[in-house]
Amino acid sequence: MRIFYLIFKKEFKSYFASPVAYVVITMFLILAGYFFYNSLALFSTISFQATMNPMLAKQVGLLNITESVVRPLFGNISVILLLMVPLLTMRLFSEEKKSGTIELLLTYPVTDMQVLLGKFLSCMAVFVIMIALTAIYPVLLIAFGQPETGPIITGYIGLFLVGASFISLGIFASSLTENQIIAATVAFGLLLLFWMISFSASLAGQTMGDILSYISLTAHWEGFAKGVIDTEDIVYYLIFISLFLFLTLRILESKKWRG
Amino acid sequence: MIEVEGLTKYYGNYHALKGVTFSVKKGEILGFLGPNGSGKTTTMRILTCFFPPTSGKAKVAGFDVFEEPLEVRRRIGYLPENVPLYKDMTVEDYLAFAAGIKGVDGRKIKDTVARVMDECALTGVSYKLIAELSKGYRQRVGLAQALVNDPEVLILDEPTIGLDPKQIIEIRKLIKGLAGQRTIILSTHILPEVSMTCQRVVIINEGRVVAIDTPQNLTSKVEGANRFSVKIDGPSQHVIKELETIQGVEKVIKKGASANGIGDYIVESIKGRDIRKEIAPRIVNKGWALLELKPHEMSLEDIFVKLVTKE
Repeated sequence: MRIFYLIFKKEFKSYFASPVAYVVITMFLILAGYFFYNSLALFSTISFQATMNPMLAKQVGLLNITESVVRPLFGNISVILLLMVPLLTMRLFSEEKKSGTIELLLTYPVTDMQVLLGKFLSCMAVFVIMIALTAIYPVLLIAFGQPETGPIITGYIGLFLVGASFISLGIFASSLTENQIIAATVAFGLLLLFWMISFSASLAGQTMGDILSYISLTAHWEGFAKGVIDTEDIVYYLIFISLFLFLTLRILESKKWRG
Repeated sequence: MIEVEGLTKYYGNYHALKGVTFSVKKGEILGFLGPNGSGKTTTMRILTCFFPPTSGKAKVAGFDVFEEPLEVRRRIGYLPENVPLYKDMTVEDYLAFAAGIKGVDGRKIKDTVARVMDECALTGVSYKLIAELSKGYRQRVGLAQALVNDPEVLILDEPTIGLDPKQIIEIRKLIKGLAGQRTIILSTHILPEVSMTCQRVVIINEGRVVAIDTPQNLTSKVEGANRFSVKIDGPSQHVIKELETIQGVEKVIKKGASANGIGDYIVESIKGRDIRKEIAPRIVNKGWALLELKPHEMSLEDIFVKLVTKE
């Protein structure tokens, strides 16, 4: 436990010792803020026009701040994360492999598991800080409007699970190579594939289509954004996270039998 | 303390170690000598449990490196070749991290770190980032992290490489001072380092152990004969003839001559017979001058080259 904590602390500090965490968090917030502003501005313009023109109000249907601002916000944040998380995870193992520090780390009395969990959770901590900073948007909405709080809470639970899944896949990619650019590219490519794979579900046959839409990250994310917590979705994310952490552990262990 | 038996290692098709066997007693400093690519680092990585051997056994402090790697790692201090360190950490933070992770008691970490920084002369740079340190200081930080858990066994891969001469002397002194309580394996290709610091030497070449002995024994073993270098002022043709008539002399080799007739010779005699007493009167009787007479010792360099290029 103590060793895990030491590795966690070291990794967490090292995110902030270099500009990495600051740059990633800043760019993330700029993008998230931009999307939030856009959907909010659009919503308020339409609402304003609707008050003037009852016919228009009838045409656009239900004007609802949860549906028009909160839901797109979470959708947008999840896509930005898709781009940003590989940048947070790429260094975790690649850098140590490149600089050779992995040789010292793995000859200290530590288990692969302690190293992996220390690194995974340090990245999770940076990620949590990152999404916690977006809480300012829902707070503004609550201050000036009446959004439902339920979908906001489930949205954050969903973001947490999606982020953890992204990070576990990112760490896996980082354990494969000593080149950070390759690690980021592999992570981004695989994540995008998992994100969009359900698009081809309708083209594949019945069974294959079901499988494709089940393994897609998007399919399980939509419920959370709507305010629905389905245990199936939670189980899906937990399996996804454990699978990639497990694979990373195997990669670390493979140095034992690989020539 | 360390027992290595029949260690082999393949990297893909490349056969890096071909059955390495040796042992190190408690408190001994063992020099690990070999040309580049001979398998020094591979052996050390196996001993530190970085990766296991393809076959063969290695035990450190009574624990098998494959069966109980954590127990082994708790008892060793390792300085890898290029001293990989976390450059974004300060010296003190890094050593505290290493101490904690190596199981030093939380309350003692501060004192322990202060002690190793003092031992390795790092106190002045404790707040500097490792990235800002010179090669010599990084080497010392590497040594300090190896020492931080007060290990029974120290494994040092080329500890003095890249240091200036003064630092080299300091580090050697430090290593020598550590012996006695600790068992040390030290790899190097700087030969005088071995004769200066090590009690025993393992010479390894192309994945095989070619010699294990003390530096002194190795010297006499490889020599095979007594050799003396002699400097004589006299006509060289006659000098050689005269020297060859001494009983027990096997060979006289002329090494060179200076303009004024002074010649350098190497006289080889059979083992166990000291011909020095006879050389002087013979030369003097002939009316020549004996300017120098000393045993010609083979340096470790000569031995090394001889062993490594045998095949």
